[in-house]
Amino acid sequence: MTLLNAQNLKKTFDNIVAVDDISLSLDVGEVVGFLGPNGAGKSTTMKMLTGFLEPDEGSVFVKKLSLHDSPLKAKSLMGYLPEGAPAYSDMTVSSFLNFIGLMRGLKDNLLVNRLQEMSDQINLDSVWDQPIETLSKGYKRRVGIAQALIHDPEILVLDEPTDGLDPNQKFEMRNLIKSISKKKGIIISTHILEEVEAVCSRTIIIANGKLLLNKKTNELLTTKNKKLDDVFREITNKKK
Amino acid sequence: MKEYFDKLLIIFVREFNGYFRTPLASIFLLVFLALSSGMSFFMGQFFQRGQADLNSFFVWHPWLFLILMPAIGMRLWAEERNSGTIELLITLPVTNSQLVLGKFFASWIFTLIALLLTTPIWISVNYLGEPDNGVIFISYVGSWLMAGCFLSLTSCLSTLTKNQVIAFIVSTISCFIMVMAGFGLILSSVRSWAPIWLTESIGSLSFLSHFKRIQYGVLDFTTLIFFVSMIILCLWINMQLVHLKKAD
Repeated sequence: MTLLNAQNLKKTFDNIVAVDDISLSLDVGEVVGFLGPNGAGKSTTMKMLTGFLEPDEGSVFVKKLSLHDSPLKAKSLMGYLPEGAPAYSDMTVSSFLNFIGLMRGLKDNLLVNRLQEMSDQINLDSVWDQPIETLSKGYKRRVGIAQALIHDPEILVLDEPTDGLDPNQKFEMRNLIKSISKKKGIIISTHILEEVEAVCSRTIIIANGKLLLNKKTNELLTTKNKKLDDVFREITNKKK
Repeated sequence: MKEYFDKLLIIFVREFNGYFRTPLASIFLLVFLALSSGMSFFMGQFFQRGQADLNSFFVWHPWLFLILMPAIGMRLWAEERNSGTIELLITLPVTNSQLVLGKFFASWIFTLIALLLTTPIWISVNYLGEPDNGVIFISYVGSWLMAGCFLSLTSCLSTLTKNQVIAFIVSTISCFIMVMAGFGLILSSVRSWAPIWLTESIGSLSFLSHFKRIQYGVLDFTTLIFFVSMIILCLWINMQLVHLKKAD
Protein backbone atom coordinates (compact mmCIF):
# COMPACT_ATOMS: atom_id res chain seq x y z
CA MET A 1 0.00 0.00 0.00
CA THR A 2 1.30 3.43 -0.89
CA LEU A 3 1.71 5.60 2.18
CA LEU A 4 3.26 8.67 0.70
CA ASN A 5 3.15 9.88 -2.85
CA ALA A 6 4.76 13.04 -4.12
CA GLN A 7 4.25 14.22 -7.68
CA ASN A 8 6.42 16.65 -9.60
CA LEU A 9 7.54 18.68 -6.62
CA LYS A 10 9.20 21.95 -7.43
CA LYS A 11 10.51 24.65 -5.14
CA THR A 12 12.34 27.85 -5.97
CA PHE A 13 14.02 30.24 -3.55
CA ASP A 14 14.85 33.65 -5.00
CA ASN A 15 15.37 32.32 -8.53
CA ILE A 16 17.44 29.38 -7.30
CA VAL A 17 15.73 26.10 -8.09
CA ALA A 18 16.16 24.01 -4.94
CA VAL A 19 13.96 21.11 -5.97
CA ASP A 20 13.14 20.46 -9.59
CA ASP A 21 10.41 18.05 -10.59
CA ILE A 22 10.89 15.32 -8.01
CA SER A 23 8.36 12.50 -7.77
CA LEU A 24 8.56 9.63 -5.35
CA SER A 25 6.42 7.19 -3.45
CA LEU A 26 6.75 5.20 -0.27
CA ASP A 27 5.17 1.84 0.51
CA VAL A 28 4.59 -0.03 3.74
CA GLY A 29 7.70 -1.87 4.89
CA GLU A 30 10.02 0.23 2.83
CA VAL A 31 13.00 2.19 4.05
CA VAL A 32 13.94 4.71 1.42
CA GLY A 33 17.40 6.22 1.59
CA PHE A 34 17.63 9.76 0.35
CA LEU A 35 21.13 10.38 -0.90
CA GLY A 36 22.77 13.41 -2.34
CA PRO A 37 25.61 15.86 -2.00
CA ASN A 38 25.20 18.79 0.37
CA GLY A 39 22.77 21.33 -1.01
CA ALA A 40 21.17 18.80 -3.33
CA GLY A 41 17.68 19.57 -2.07
CA LYS A 42 17.23 16.65 0.32
CA SER A 43 16.06 18.74 3.25
CA THR A 44 13.88 20.96 1.09
CA THR A 45 12.15 17.89 -0.34
CA MET A 46 11.58 16.50 3.14
CA LYS A 47 10.18 19.83 4.29
CA MET A 48 7.67 19.67 1.46
CA LEU A 49 6.77 16.05 2.20
CA THR A 50 5.98 16.90 5.82
CA GLY A 51 4.05 20.07 5.10
CA PHE A 52 6.50 22.61 6.48
CA LEU A 53 6.98 24.13 3.04
CA GLU A 54 4.39 24.38 0.33
CA PRO A 55 5.71 23.28 -3.06
CA ASP A 56 5.55 25.85 -5.86
CA GLU A 57 4.33 23.11 -8.14
CA GLY A 58 3.28 19.52 -7.62
CA SER A 59 1.45 17.83 -4.80
CA VAL A 60 1.90 15.46 -1.88
CA PHE A 61 -0.58 12.73 -0.97
CA VAL A 62 -0.54 10.96 2.36
CA LYS A 63 -2.57 7.76 2.04
CA LYS A 64 -4.78 9.40 -0.60
CA LEU A 65 -5.21 12.51 1.56
CA SER A 66 -3.95 15.65 -0.07
CA LEU A 67 -1.47 17.41 2.20
CA HIS A 68 -2.62 20.70 0.75
CA ASP A 69 -6.35 20.15 1.23
CA SER A 70 -6.42 18.36 4.57
CA PRO A 71 -3.14 19.28 6.23
CA LEU A 72 -4.10 18.42 9.80
CA LYS A 73 -5.17 14.85 9.05
CA ALA A 74 -2.22 14.27 6.76
CA LYS A 75 0.28 15.67 9.25
CA SER A 76 -1.09 13.50 12.05
CA LEU A 77 -0.09 10.38 10.09
CA MET A 78 3.54 11.44 9.89
CA GLY A 79 6.45 11.68 12.27
CA TYR A 80 9.24 14.04 11.35
CA LEU A 81 12.76 14.60 12.55
CA PRO A 82 13.88 17.95 11.12
CA GLU A 83 17.49 18.60 10.20
CA GLY A 84 19.61 19.17 13.30
CA ALA A 85 16.93 17.69 15.60
CA PRO A 86 15.60 20.98 16.98
CA ALA A 87 13.96 20.88 20.41
CA TYR A 88 13.05 23.33 23.15
CA SER A 89 16.38 23.41 24.93
CA ASP A 90 15.06 24.74 28.23
CA MET A 91 12.56 21.89 28.64
CA THR A 92 13.39 18.54 30.19
CA VAL A 93 13.25 15.44 28.00
CA SER A 94 10.09 14.22 29.72
CA SER A 95 8.21 17.51 29.52
CA PHE A 96 9.22 18.00 25.89
CA LEU A 97 8.03 14.54 24.85
CA ASN A 98 4.94 15.04 26.95
CA PHE A 99 4.20 18.27 25.07
CA ILE A 100 4.67 16.65 21.65
CA GLY A 101 2.55 13.68 22.75
CA LEU A 102 -0.29 15.96 23.81
CA MET A 103 -0.06 17.88 20.55
CA ARG A 104 -0.24 14.57 18.72
CA GLY A 105 -3.52 13.88 20.49
CA LEU A 106 -2.28 11.26 22.98
CA LYS A 107 -3.95 11.35 26.36
CA ASP A 108 -3.89 9.86 29.85
CA ASN A 109 -2.80 6.22 30.00
CA LEU A 110 -1.94 5.99 26.35
CA LEU A 111 0.42 8.94 26.68
CA VAL A 112 2.04 7.55 29.84
CA ASN A 113 2.56 4.20 28.13
CA ARG A 114 4.03 5.72 25.01
CA LEU A 115 6.40 7.89 27.06
CA GLN A 116 7.54 4.80 28.93
CA GLU A 117 8.05 2.90 25.68
CA MET A 118 10.07 5.76 24.21
CA SER A 119 12.21 5.92 27.33
CA ASP A 120 12.95 2.16 27.07
CA GLN A 121 13.15 1.77 23.32
CA ILE A 122 15.41 4.74 22.68
CA ASN A 123 17.35 4.56 25.95
CA LEU A 124 16.41 7.94 27.30
CA ASP A 125 15.98 6.69 30.83
CA SER A 126 19.20 8.16 32.20
CA VAL A 127 18.49 11.69 30.93
CA TRP A 128 14.72 11.64 31.41
CA ASP A 129 14.55 14.62 33.76
CA GLN A 130 17.44 16.63 32.37
CA PRO A 131 17.01 19.85 30.41
CA ILE A 132 17.65 19.18 26.72
CA GLU A 133 20.32 21.89 26.53
CA THR A 134 22.54 19.86 28.88
CA LEU A 135 22.47 16.74 26.68
CA SER A 136 25.18 15.50 24.34
CA LYS A 137 24.61 15.60 20.60
CA GLY A 138 23.79 11.90 20.51
CA TYR A 139 21.12 12.19 23.17
CA LYS A 140 19.63 15.28 21.52
CA ARG A 141 19.31 13.29 18.32
CA ARG A 142 17.60 10.48 20.19
CA VAL A 143 15.15 12.93 21.76
CA GLY A 144 14.38 14.07 18.21
CA ILE A 145 13.72 10.47 17.16
CA ALA A 146 11.53 9.86 20.19
CA GLN A 147 9.57 12.99 19.37
CA ALA A 148 8.95 11.72 15.83
CA LEU A 149 7.94 8.25 17.03
CA ILE A 150 5.79 9.16 20.01
CA HIS A 151 2.45 8.75 18.27
CA ASP A 152 3.58 5.59 16.44
CA PRO A 153 3.07 7.11 12.99
CA GLU A 154 2.76 5.06 9.83
CA ILE A 155 5.13 7.36 7.99
CA LEU A 156 8.47 8.49 9.32
CA VAL A 157 10.56 11.18 7.71
CA LEU A 158 14.00 11.42 9.29
CA ASP A 159 16.45 14.07 8.16
CA GLU A 160 19.96 12.81 8.96
CA PRO A 161 19.00 10.66 11.94
CA THR A 162 22.53 9.43 12.64
CA ASP A 163 24.37 12.71 12.17
CA GLY A 164 26.63 13.34 15.15
CA LEU A 165 26.24 9.91 16.69
CA ASP A 166 29.20 7.72 17.63
CA PRO A 167 29.61 4.33 15.89
CA ASN A 168 27.79 2.44 18.65
CA GLN A 169 24.90 4.85 18.60
CA LYS A 170 24.73 4.66 14.82
CA PHE A 171 24.54 0.91 15.07
CA GLU A 172 21.72 1.15 17.61
CA MET A 173 19.88 3.69 15.53
CA ARG A 174 20.03 1.50 12.44
CA ASN A 175 18.75 -1.45 14.43
CA LEU A 176 15.93 0.67 15.73
CA ILE A 177 15.00 1.79 12.22
CA LYS A 178 15.10 -1.80 10.96
CA SER A 179 13.02 -3.07 13.86
CA ILE A 180 10.20 -0.57 13.36
CA SER A 181 10.26 -0.61 9.56
CA LYS A 182 8.02 -3.64 8.99
CA LYS A 183 4.73 -1.85 9.54
CA LYS A 184 5.82 1.59 8.49
CA GLY A 185 7.21 3.51 5.59
CA ILE A 186 10.40 5.36 6.42
CA ILE A 187 12.37 7.94 4.51
CA ILE A 188 15.82 8.82 5.79
CA SER A 189 18.23 11.29 4.35
CA THR A 190 21.91 10.77 4.84
CA HIS A 191 25.23 11.17 3.20
CA ILE A 192 26.68 8.09 4.80
CA LEU A 193 26.63 5.46 2.09
CA GLU A 194 27.19 2.44 4.31
CA GLU A 195 24.03 3.41 6.12
CA VAL A 196 22.03 3.08 2.94
CA GLU A 197 23.50 -0.33 2.29
CA ALA A 198 22.75 -1.35 5.86
CA VAL A 199 19.14 -0.27 6.27
CA CYS A 200 17.56 1.03 3.09
CA SER A 201 15.52 -1.16 0.81
CA ARG A 202 15.42 1.52 -1.85
CA THR A 203 17.85 4.26 -2.79
CA ILE A 204 17.04 7.64 -4.23
CA ILE A 205 19.88 9.84 -5.36
CA ILE A 206 19.31 13.53 -6.01
CA ALA A 207 21.71 16.29 -6.97
CA ASN A 208 21.06 19.93 -7.82
CA GLY A 209 17.40 19.43 -7.06
CA LYS A 210 16.93 16.70 -9.67
CA LEU A 211 16.13 13.08 -9.11
CA LEU A 212 18.91 11.03 -10.69
CA LEU A 213 18.20 7.51 -9.52
CA ASN A 214 15.41 5.59 -7.82
CA LYS A 215 16.13 1.87 -7.44
CA LYS A 216 16.04 -1.05 -5.06
CA THR A 217 19.31 -1.02 -3.16
CA ASN A 218 20.13 -4.69 -3.81
CA GLU A 219 19.50 -4.34 -7.56
CA LEU A 220 21.70 -1.32 -7.62
CA LEU A 221 24.55 -3.18 -6.01
CA THR A 222 24.28 -6.38 -8.05
CA THR A 223 23.67 -4.96 -11.50
CA LYS A 224 26.53 -2.57 -11.34
CA ASN A 225 28.60 -5.00 -9.32
CA LYS A 226 30.19 -2.08 -7.64
CA LYS A 227 30.29 -0.51 -4.26
CA LEU A 228 27.62 2.04 -3.56
CA ASP A 229 30.04 4.95 -3.26
CA ASP A 230 31.29 4.27 -6.78
CA VAL A 231 27.73 4.37 -8.03
CA PHE A 232 27.07 7.55 -6.08
CA ARG A 233 30.14 9.32 -7.42
CA GLU A 234 29.46 8.22 -10.95
CA ILE A 235 25.87 9.43 -10.94
CA THR A 236 26.34 12.72 -9.14
CA ASN A 237 29.42 13.75 -11.10
CA LYS A 238 28.11 12.76 -14.50
CA LYS A 239 25.41 15.40 -14.54
CA LYS A 240 27.56 18.37 -13.70
CA MET B 1 -14.33 23.00 18.32
CA LYS B 2 -13.28 21.45 21.62
CA GLU B 3 -10.27 19.98 19.93
CA TYR B 4 -9.34 23.45 18.66
CA PHE B 5 -9.21 24.85 22.17
CA ASP B 6 -7.48 21.75 23.55
CA LYS B 7 -4.53 22.30 21.23
CA LEU B 8 -4.57 26.03 21.91
CA LEU B 9 -4.43 25.28 25.63
CA ILE B 10 -1.47 22.89 25.22
CA ILE B 11 0.46 25.59 23.34
CA PHE B 12 -0.56 28.14 25.96
CA VAL B 13 0.58 26.00 28.88
CA ARG B 14 3.96 25.22 27.33
CA GLU B 15 4.58 28.86 26.51
CA PHE B 16 3.37 30.11 29.88
CA ASN B 17 5.52 27.64 31.80
CA GLY B 18 8.40 28.69 29.57
CA TYR B 19 8.52 32.03 31.37
CA PHE B 20 9.12 30.27 34.66
CA ARG B 21 11.68 27.75 33.41
CA THR B 22 14.26 30.50 33.19
CA PRO B 23 14.88 33.37 35.64
CA LEU B 24 13.13 35.62 33.09
CA ALA B 25 9.80 35.56 34.93
CA SER B 26 11.13 36.47 38.35
CA ILE B 27 13.45 39.15 36.97
CA PHE B 28 10.62 40.64 34.95
CA LEU B 29 8.15 40.65 37.83
CA LEU B 30 10.75 42.19 40.13
CA VAL B 31 11.65 44.92 37.64
CA PHE B 32 8.01 45.66 36.90
CA LEU B 33 7.04 45.94 40.55
CA ALA B 34 10.11 47.99 41.47
CA LEU B 35 9.70 50.39 38.58
CA SER B 36 5.94 50.80 38.80
CA SER B 37 5.94 51.47 42.53
CA GLY B 38 9.16 53.48 42.44
CA MET B 39 7.76 55.70 39.77
CA SER B 40 4.42 56.26 41.44
CA PHE B 41 5.95 57.00 44.86
CA PHE B 42 8.92 59.12 43.87
CA MET B 43 8.27 60.57 40.45
CA GLY B 44 4.48 60.54 40.71
CA GLN B 45 4.57 61.90 44.28
CA PHE B 46 1.97 59.46 45.54
CA PHE B 47 1.96 60.88 49.07
CA GLN B 48 2.58 64.53 48.39
CA ARG B 49 -0.41 64.78 46.05
CA GLY B 50 -2.66 64.07 49.00
CA GLN B 51 -5.30 62.44 46.81
CA ALA B 52 -6.80 59.02 47.29
CA ASP B 53 -6.45 57.71 43.77
CA LEU B 54 -3.95 55.71 41.73
CA ASN B 55 -3.34 58.25 38.97
CA SER B 56 0.30 58.58 39.90
CA PHE B 57 0.55 54.79 39.50
CA PHE B 58 -1.26 54.31 36.19
CA VAL B 59 0.16 57.37 34.46
CA TRP B 60 3.50 55.57 34.06
CA HIS B 61 2.10 52.38 32.57
CA PRO B 62 2.32 53.33 28.88
CA TRP B 63 6.00 54.19 29.36
CA LEU B 64 6.77 51.10 31.39
CA PHE B 65 5.00 48.81 28.95
CA LEU B 66 6.89 50.41 26.11
CA ILE B 67 10.04 48.68 27.37
CA LEU B 68 8.66 45.74 29.31
CA MET B 69 6.12 44.29 26.86
CA PRO B 70 8.67 43.92 24.04
CA ALA B 71 10.89 42.21 26.62
CA ILE B 72 8.17 39.63 27.26
CA GLY B 73 7.06 39.23 23.68
CA MET B 74 10.35 39.26 21.80
CA ARG B 75 10.97 35.55 22.30
CA LEU B 76 7.56 34.36 21.12
CA TRP B 77 8.52 33.75 17.49
CA ALA B 78 12.14 34.90 17.15
CA GLU B 79 13.26 32.08 19.41
CA GLU B 80 11.28 29.45 17.50
CA ARG B 81 12.84 30.58 14.27
CA ASN B 82 16.33 30.78 15.71
CA SER B 83 16.31 27.30 17.24
CA GLY B 84 14.47 25.70 14.32
CA THR B 85 11.66 24.46 16.56
CA ILE B 86 9.23 26.30 14.30
CA GLU B 87 9.69 23.36 11.94
CA LEU B 88 8.47 21.03 14.66
CA LEU B 89 5.48 23.23 15.43
CA ILE B 90 4.35 23.67 11.83
CA THR B 91 4.58 19.94 11.06
CA LEU B 92 2.41 19.07 14.07
CA PRO B 93 -1.30 18.77 13.38
CA VAL B 94 -2.04 22.33 14.48
CA THR B 95 -3.14 25.50 12.72
CA ASN B 96 -1.32 28.82 12.68
CA SER B 97 -4.16 30.50 14.52
CA GLN B 98 -3.86 28.04 17.41
CA LEU B 99 -0.13 28.70 17.62
CA VAL B 100 -0.42 32.49 17.44
CA LEU B 101 -3.30 32.70 19.91
CA GLY B 102 -1.78 30.22 22.36
CA LYS B 103 1.48 32.12 22.46
CA PHE B 104 -0.18 35.52 22.69
CA PHE B 105 -2.45 34.52 25.57
CA ALA B 106 0.49 33.04 27.46
CA SER B 107 2.27 36.39 27.40
CA TRP B 108 -0.93 38.31 28.10
CA ILE B 109 -1.88 36.22 31.12
CA PHE B 110 1.67 36.54 32.38
CA THR B 111 1.21 40.31 32.23
CA LEU B 112 -2.04 39.96 34.14
CA ILE B 113 -0.13 38.25 36.94
CA ALA B 114 2.35 41.13 36.99
CA LEU B 115 -0.54 43.59 37.26
CA LEU B 116 -2.26 41.58 39.99
CA LEU B 117 0.94 41.61 42.03
CA THR B 118 0.62 45.40 42.29
CA THR B 119 -2.50 45.12 44.45
CA PRO B 120 -0.59 46.22 47.61
CA ILE B 121 -0.61 49.74 46.22
CA TRP B 122 -4.37 49.50 45.82
CA ILE B 123 -4.69 48.23 49.38
CA SER B 124 -2.50 51.13 50.57
CA VAL B 125 -4.62 53.74 48.90
CA ASN B 126 -7.75 52.20 50.40
CA TYR B 127 -6.11 52.24 53.80
CA LEU B 128 -5.11 55.89 53.46
CA GLY B 129 -8.32 57.28 52.08
CA GLU B 130 -11.49 56.51 50.18
CA PRO B 131 -10.63 56.18 46.51
CA ASP B 132 -13.13 55.49 43.75
CA ASN B 133 -12.54 51.77 43.33
CA GLY B 134 -14.59 51.69 40.16
CA VAL B 135 -12.13 54.03 38.47
CA ILE B 136 -9.23 51.95 39.75
CA PHE B 137 -10.79 48.74 38.41
CA ILE B 138 -11.37 50.31 34.99
CA SER B 139 -7.80 51.59 34.99
CA TYR B 140 -6.52 48.09 35.65
CA VAL B 141 -8.64 46.67 32.81
CA GLY B 142 -7.48 49.46 30.50
CA SER B 143 -3.88 48.93 31.46
CA TRP B 144 -4.17 45.21 30.72
CA LEU B 145 -5.83 45.89 27.36
CA MET B 146 -3.09 48.33 26.43
CA ALA B 147 -0.48 45.74 27.43
CA GLY B 148 -2.28 43.32 25.09
CA CYS B 149 -1.86 45.79 22.22
CA PHE B 150 1.85 46.11 22.89
CA LEU B 151 2.20 42.34 23.15
CA SER B 152 0.32 41.56 19.97
CA LEU B 153 2.41 44.12 18.10
CA THR B 154 5.61 42.63 19.54
CA SER B 155 4.52 39.08 18.78
CA CYS B 156 3.77 40.11 15.22
CA LEU B 157 7.15 41.80 14.76
CA SER B 158 9.08 38.95 16.37
CA THR B 159 8.08 36.74 13.43
CA LEU B 160 10.24 38.88 11.18
CA THR B 161 13.60 38.06 12.72
CA LYS B 162 15.58 35.24 14.28
CA ASN B 163 17.29 37.64 16.63
CA GLN B 164 15.51 38.46 19.89
CA VAL B 165 17.48 41.69 20.39
CA ILE B 166 16.38 42.99 16.99
CA ALA B 167 12.81 41.92 17.77
CA PHE B 168 13.03 43.85 21.03
CA ILE B 169 14.37 47.06 19.50
CA VAL B 170 12.01 47.11 16.53
CA SER B 171 9.05 46.41 18.81
CA THR B 172 10.02 49.13 21.26
CA ILE B 173 10.30 51.68 18.47
CA SER B 174 6.95 50.61 17.00
CA CYS B 175 5.30 50.75 20.41
CA PHE B 176 6.80 54.19 20.97
CA ILE B 177 5.28 55.41 17.72
CA MET B 178 1.91 53.98 18.75
CA VAL B 179 2.08 55.72 22.11
CA MET B 180 3.20 59.03 20.65
CA ALA B 181 0.89 59.02 17.62
CA GLY B 182 -1.27 61.79 19.09
CA PHE B 183 1.62 64.09 19.88
CA GLY B 184 3.13 66.92 17.88
CA LEU B 185 6.33 64.98 17.39
CA ILE B 186 4.65 62.43 15.16
CA LEU B 187 1.73 64.48 13.90
CA SER B 188 3.78 67.44 12.67
CA SER B 189 5.86 65.15 10.48
CA VAL B 190 2.65 63.89 8.87
CA ARG B 191 0.66 67.12 8.79
CA SER B 192 2.93 68.85 6.31
CA TRP B 193 2.07 66.48 3.47
CA ALA B 194 -0.96 64.45 4.45
CA PRO B 195 -4.63 65.47 4.16
CA ILE B 196 -6.42 66.39 7.37
CA TRP B 197 -8.41 63.16 7.62
CA LEU B 198 -5.19 61.13 7.59
CA THR B 199 -3.55 63.30 10.24
CA GLU B 200 -6.67 63.03 12.35
CA SER B 201 -6.86 59.27 12.04
CA ILE B 202 -3.19 58.83 12.89
CA GLY B 203 -3.75 61.06 15.91
CA SER B 204 -6.65 58.90 17.02
CA LEU B 205 -4.41 55.82 17.00
CA SER B 206 -2.51 57.12 20.00
CA PHE B 207 -2.48 54.67 22.90
CA LEU B 208 -1.82 57.54 25.24
CA SER B 209 -4.96 59.53 24.51
CA HIS B 210 -7.09 56.39 24.77
CA PHE B 211 -5.42 55.37 27.99
CA LYS B 212 -5.84 58.84 29.50
CA ARG B 213 -9.59 58.59 29.15
CA ILE B 214 -9.53 55.20 30.86
CA GLN B 215 -7.47 56.63 33.68
CA TYR B 216 -10.28 59.02 34.50
CA GLY B 217 -12.63 56.08 34.70
CA VAL B 218 -14.12 56.42 31.24
CA LEU B 219 -14.01 53.11 29.43
CA ASP B 220 -16.27 53.97 26.54
CA PHE B 221 -17.16 51.82 23.61
CA THR B 222 -14.76 53.43 21.11
CA THR B 223 -11.76 52.94 23.40
CA LEU B 224 -12.69 49.33 24.05
CA ILE B 225 -13.19 48.69 20.35
CA PHE B 226 -9.93 50.45 19.61
CA PHE B 227 -7.82 48.27 21.88
CA VAL B 228 -9.56 45.01 21.00
CA SER B 229 -9.43 45.63 17.27
CA MET B 230 -5.76 46.60 17.49
CA ILE B 231 -5.04 43.25 19.15
CA ILE B 232 -7.08 41.31 16.60
CA LEU B 233 -5.46 43.12 13.68
CA CYS B 234 -1.92 42.51 14.95
CA LEU B 235 -2.63 38.84 15.62
CA TRP B 236 -4.18 38.39 12.20
CA ILE B 237 -1.10 39.89 10.56
CA ASN B 238 0.97 37.69 12.86
CA MET B 239 -0.74 34.57 11.47
CA GLN B 240 -0.05 35.63 7.91
CA LEU B 241 3.58 36.40 8.73
CA VAL B 242 4.10 32.99 10.33
CA HIS B 243 2.91 31.45 7.10
CA LEU B 244 5.09 33.67 4.93
CA LYS B 245 8.27 33.88 6.96
CA LYS B 246 8.54 30.47 8.62
CA ALA B 247 11.18 29.11 6.27
CA ASP B 248 13.36 32.16 5.69
